[in-house]
Amino acid sequence: MSNLPLLGLPPYASAAERAWRLCFYLFCGLVLLFLISPILIVIPISFNNSSFLSFPRGDWSLRWYEEFFLSERWNTAVKNSIIIAFFSTILATTLGTVAALGLSRPNFPARALVMAVLISPMVVPVVITAAALFFFYANPLVVTSEPIIILNNTYIGVILAHTLLATPFVVITVTATLTGFDQSMIRAGASLGAHPTLVFRKVILPLISPGVISGALFAFVTSWDEVVVVLFVGSSDQRTLPRQMFSGIREMISPTITAAATVLITVAVVMLVTVELLRRRSERLRGIR
Amino acid sequence: MAIAETAPLLTIDGMPLKTRLARAERSRKLAAVALVSPLFLFVVITFLFPLFVMTFKSVVNEETFGRLDRTHAALADWDGQALPDEPVFAAFAEDLKAAQAKREVGEIAKRVNSEYSGAMSKFKGIARKVEAASSGPYKDLFLATDKVWGDVALWRIIKSASARYTDYYWLAAVDLKQGPDGIERVPPDQRVFLDVYARTFWIAGLVTVLTLILGFPVAYLLATQPPARANLLMIFVMLPFWTSLLVRTTAWFVLLRSEGPLNDLLEILVNNRFEMIFTRFGTILAMTHIQLPFTLLPIYSVMKTIPPSHVRAARSLGAGPFLAFWKVYFPQTVPGIAAGCLLTFILCLGYYITPALVGGPRDQMVSYYVSYYMNNIINFGQAAALGGMLLIITMVLYWAYNKLVGIDKMKLG
Repeated sequence: MSNLPLLGLPPYASAAERAWRLCFYLFCGLVLLFLISPILIVIPISFNNSSFLSFPRGDWSLRWYEEFFLSERWNTAVKNSIIIAFFSTILATTLGTVAALGLSRPNFPARALVMAVLISPMVVPVVITAAALFFFYANPLVVTSEPIIILNNTYIGVILAHTLLATPFVVITVTATLTGFDQSMIRAGASLGAHPTLVFRKVILPLISPGVISGALFAFVTSWDEVVVVLFVGSSDQRTLPRQMFSGIREMISPTITAAATVLITVAVVMLVTVELLRRRSERLRGIR
Repeated sequence: MAIAETAPLLTIDGMPLKTRLARAERSRKLAAVALVSPLFLFVVITFLFPLFVMTFKSVVNEETFGRLDRTHAALADWDGQALPDEPVFAAFAEDLKAAQAKREVGEIAKRVNSEYSGAMSKFKGIARKVEAASSGPYKDLFLATDKVWGDVALWRIIKSASARYTDYYWLAAVDLKQGPDGIERVPPDQRVFLDVYARTFWIAGLVTVLTLILGFPVAYLLATQPPARANLLMIFVMLPFWTSLLVRTTAWFVLLRSEGPLNDLLEILVNNRFEMIFTRFGTILAMTHIQLPFTLLPIYSVMKTIPPSHVRAARSLGAGPFLAFWKVYFPQTVPGIAAGCLLTFILCLGYYITPALVGGPRDQMVSYYVSYYMNNIINFGQAAALGGMLLIITMVLYWAYNKLVGIDKMKLG
């Protein structure tokens, strides 16, 4: 009938169908290449010895990694990023998980509206959030005309802002884990005499932990990647890694940004693998697969 | 059943079961509310309230309020046609003297200057003159100092700027202003914002369509492959998804440069180099790359739920491969397409970092101008009005998303 390969089609497929299928695979291959190649191309450039952003031509070196790991400027940025991401992750995960537990109770009043409010920080353009927070942080205790506390240019301000941006992700992932959750298990625990905190620790937490951990990872990544809020409400003291990369591109183009990018890609791979493993564990625990 | 009609069922402590159940239900509901309230209050206090404060800033005259009260009272009956008389000038002089003593003339001048360019220096000049002159008449002093004080248009602006509330920023955000005969369009050389909004919508729409064209086939491929291979291919989608936005923007910045790898490749292939960085093309390419997983994943998760037997049934009934796909498979994917495209469109409207780094001056979107007015020009009212407008548009789309898709259905990873 035709010399074109079957490509998973049933044997009765016509030649046109096979040609079409071939084009489809080619197209998909190109799109997948488009998705992955910009990320992969940065990696070899970061090992270039020259100060141009180009492929190394035999002159491989680690000098940009040296710059990244040893220079004061980048070190401070990494330290700030870790501190801010750590505290916002803890805050966002706690607030988000507790809220998701409440939202998943049957007959929660005005659930759709409350959910829409809790998710809104994810949807509002971050520049608007950052601008609004800038005004708010200038005098957070609105009752006095002269501010007693100013949160602009403080770690607490940036951490609270990142917590706000990260909570929707925790709420979404934990709520998703709780959809398959059998509420009667809580009652079973309680009927056997366990205090609610014991039920939470021994029954609920082990079951929802994959959702909580992947929510926490989302929260971490949100803070770890965030730059606009830091630009608006942070000072040079709160300079984070993305903020440093932003000015790295804007002000002084040095290949160190490609070294930083490569390190961040490595972090992303670790995150991706962890979330995938957690997802599988969660599905196994809830007996979906 | 006769017993139930006469005597209600009682619990062990003699209370009717119905009351007891209602009470238990209520306490469970309260417990659920108590769990949600910390986050809810956090979001209301540190997010919704600040958004409200920001929007409020776009309708008040913060720089002039309380500093031009005498002038505003004196101008209350002025019709805006002829030059005001001595009492207005005298009141204005008093206000300026008070402002000069508190070093606030610059603030007042800044507000008027945003509507009447050049007012800044005139205000500072006249404030010094007025300070030196101990008493009136002031009208002649003003007119002798600078003929700008004889301009009725300037006085109209002083009148509107000295009020508590103003519509100036919101009108300016859509290229309108208050003229002598009501609302009119600003001069053509000052019409910028409608163009910026049109551009924002155009870029967001184009990126959404591109992500759909590129994402739909890949989602189909991923949904129809055997699990092992699909999981492998999924890495190509998930790795960019998990990689920092700034890393991907950096990657495109490096790629698109005139000495970058993409141009090196093009030089070999077509012997020519192209201008790609700081162009609309580069911006759209980078944004499409960043948004592709956001469009693709919702489509993919809907496709996963479509049983393959549907298309097989259609084929066995005699439909051709294309007809079976179009009439049976495609309609079932529409909810996923709606979810993915709406999410991408909403997120694209707020783009700031990517256009700022890989786009040129003509490719900047609304968010850039919000940031520009906040941090460069320090005109908070204008920033708040531009942001408020974008906020309203986003909220309407978010509401549509909620109606169409349902926020509970949103999935990540």
